[in-house]
Amino acid sequence: MRTRRTPLVAAGAAALTLLAACGGGSGSGADAAGDASDEIAVTASDSTCEVGTSELAAGTHQFTVTNTGSSVTEFYVYAEGDRIMGEVENIAPGVARSLLVELPAGEYQTACKPGMTGDGIRNALTVTGESEQLSDDEQLQAAVADYTRYVGSQVTALQEQTQAFVAAVEAGDVAGAQALYPVARTYWERIEPVAESFGDLDPRVDARENDVAEGETWTGFHVLERDLWVTGDLSQSGPVADQLVADIDELATRVQDLQLQPLDLANGALALLDEIASGKVTGEEERYSHTDLWDFQANLDGSQAAVQSLRPAIAEADPDLAAALDSAFAATQAELAQYASGDGFVLYTALTPEQVRGLSDSLNALAAQVSQVPAVVAG
Amino acid sequence: MGAVKLSRRDFFGAAGVGAAGVVALGAGGVASSRAAAPADQGTTTVSDAVEFHGAHQAGITTPAQDRLHFVAFDVITDDRAALVRMLQQWTQAARRMTRGQDAGPVGAVAGGDYAPPDDTGEAMGLPPAGLTLTIGFGPTLFTAADGTDRFGIADRRPAALVGLPAFPGDELDPATSDGDLCIQACANDPQVAVHAVRNLARIGQGLVGVRWSQLGFGRTSSTTSDQATPRNLFGFKDGTDNLKAEQTATLDRFVWVDDPGSWMDGGSYLVSRRIRMLVEVWDRQGLRDQEQTIGRTKGSGAPLGQRAEFDPVDLSALPATSHVSLAHPTNAGTAILRRGYSFVDGSDGLGRLDAGLFFLCYQSDPATGFVQVQRNLRTDKLNEYVQHTSSALFACPPGLAGEDDWWGSGLFG
Repeated sequence: MRTRRTPLVAAGAAALTLLAACGGGSGSGADAAGDASDEIAVTASDSTCEVGTSELAAGTHQFTVTNTGSSVTEFYVYAEGDRIMGEVENIAPGVARSLLVELPAGEYQTACKPGMTGDGIRNALTVTGESEQLSDDEQLQAAVADYTRYVGSQVTALQEQTQAFVAAVEAGDVAGAQALYPVARTYWERIEPVAESFGDLDPRVDARENDVAEGETWTGFHVLERDLWVTGDLSQSGPVADQLVADIDELATRVQDLQLQPLDLANGALALLDEIASGKVTGEEERYSHTDLWDFQANLDGSQAAVQSLRPAIAEADPDLAAALDSAFAATQAELAQYASGDGFVLYTALTPEQVRGLSDSLNALAAQVSQVPAVVAG
Repeated sequence: MGAVKLSRRDFFGAAGVGAAGVVALGAGGVASSRAAAPADQGTTTVSDAVEFHGAHQAGITTPAQDRLHFVAFDVITDDRAALVRMLQQWTQAARRMTRGQDAGPVGAVAGGDYAPPDDTGEAMGLPPAGLTLTIGFGPTLFTAADGTDRFGIADRRPAALVGLPAFPGDELDPATSDGDLCIQACANDPQVAVHAVRNLARIGQGLVGVRWSQLGFGRTSSTTSDQATPRNLFGFKDGTDNLKAEQTATLDRFVWVDDPGSWMDGGSYLVSRRIRMLVEVWDRQGLRDQEQTIGRTKGSGAPLGQRAEFDPVDLSALPATSHVSLAHPTNAGTAILRRGYSFVDGSDGLGRLDAGLFFLCYQSDPATGFVQVQRNLRTDKLNEYVQHTSSALFACPPGLAGEDDWWGSGLFG
């Protein structure tokens, strides 16, 4: 591996707590805040991604991303195999946001993702200088820290986007809320296994009508989905919308104490693909809005983020598997990208059975590879 | 499942794979009086293993087992090397499973805690149960619908391997017809057959996808002389005059491909037809009408005008449009080896069983085999009661020479 992270003083909760203090950006590494040696300007439009430099010295750098386009965008710094070294989510048009990324020597790529989908607009980034070897344990700890930081940035964006969605619902703006619904859910679906680990929170936020036992109250996203797409009547939606915001806030609070193990990442990556196989590729998840392909993309993103956090450890233990994972993720992404439309995707109902079959085949091929990861991580 | 601690590998490793060991350990309920071992097969029972290797693939003239799981796959990779690797892995797994072992070398329960097991486990504790796994290659493996030479084997497609012609009355569903690859899994225990298909599908994940699959029960043909003739869902004995394993000269003429130097030499062509039987309509017909439709008596199976099942067919005593008359080699001018199974796939939403015959037959050339027979059935009285809903043709290569040989070695090697 060319890219190595320096050991982190503490994995998990510590990194995340610090991240929360960073405000808009998502810093990478517990000791990174305020330590930026420079500032790199990134100008992201709907079709371009101009990064101030293509070469950096090893260390912590601050990227300031300005969205000059008309779509919400995201900015990523990827190491080999699309391992996310740092990202900033949910950059609205006209807004500038910063992130701190700690980059050891190596070859990287930056990516702007206007519309938040697909591979993004990529640029090469070379970082020169010292490169440290990590022990196996340090490698796994770094993976947990990486992924925990990723979860934190997703939850922050989830809070913001859920508030925007709920504001539209409460304003009675059906079209506006319909447009924001799949965007807010993207951040939920990317980290769903984490949310599921908080038992009661997942059913409150994400239950479908048939998941609710008799005598229980149905709440969450899918109630609002029904209101928006089936009845078009938002007059009674307020309490459910308020509850959704409160539940997402609770998720954000509870995530701060999140203590993940390396195996959680591996299992979570597979669980996200299983989510696609059982709910999205069948069109069951978004039965009223048919925005299942947004969820498909989000689950895929989240799975890849978890796997790529572990990538240095996988590449060391089983280089063939690391390469197979890279190409399987890319193949599934390419299969899904065929159905991208505007800032999102075509509706599930627009797919032919053959197209669904193609997605399913590709997903199965990917899941077969990802199912090998837990054993590698467990050693 | 907690009670079963031994993997299948351990089970047979401890007992020895020999027939005696298996029988002594008791195959619970598998043996029955109906399946009592005949005199010339005194050492085999329905729970024994069938040899995987040989000049021809097992599962063709092998005494027809009681259960079937047939599966057709689409190959979804473009990577020839990956496909070849999978066929080699399939062969290894098939070799093991037909011996009553786990699909993979580690086994269902002997591996690490965090890796998916290399066997799915539902056959733990079950004997080999006569499992045969027979592979076939469909026309679309060689050349895609748009003419693409998918794996560089288009020039190796035998002339005989072309889509079957349409027949009058066909109601074929494309989604459950054809396929790039097929596996015919036959066993005397349905779970053993399903286990085998499931594990091959698991091994092929990402390279192949199941296109369609069919379960069958109650073999509808006998393929050796000592098997009693079974009955199909019309209640009639079926396959009395089928080709039998003992008729080697006839098999050489009608079933095995004789094309020295070709990868199909010693192989056979497999035609599958899912034939829905309108059993509720059939059941309303009088006994005499049923017998006139088939051309045999319902009780003994004797040809009409004769006394016993195996009495020669006297075509002058049968209605000219009866099934037996039209299908008889004398009238059809050819012969095929039938190996079908009954099926009941639930109901059809109109209060009727979705039942019938999953017809399988082997021949040295489909044009002079199934196609010729089926064309002759155009006026068959039985057509009122049947509907062909799926159709496929596969080239089944010859048998494997030994432990290092693999499915497709002749075609891809």
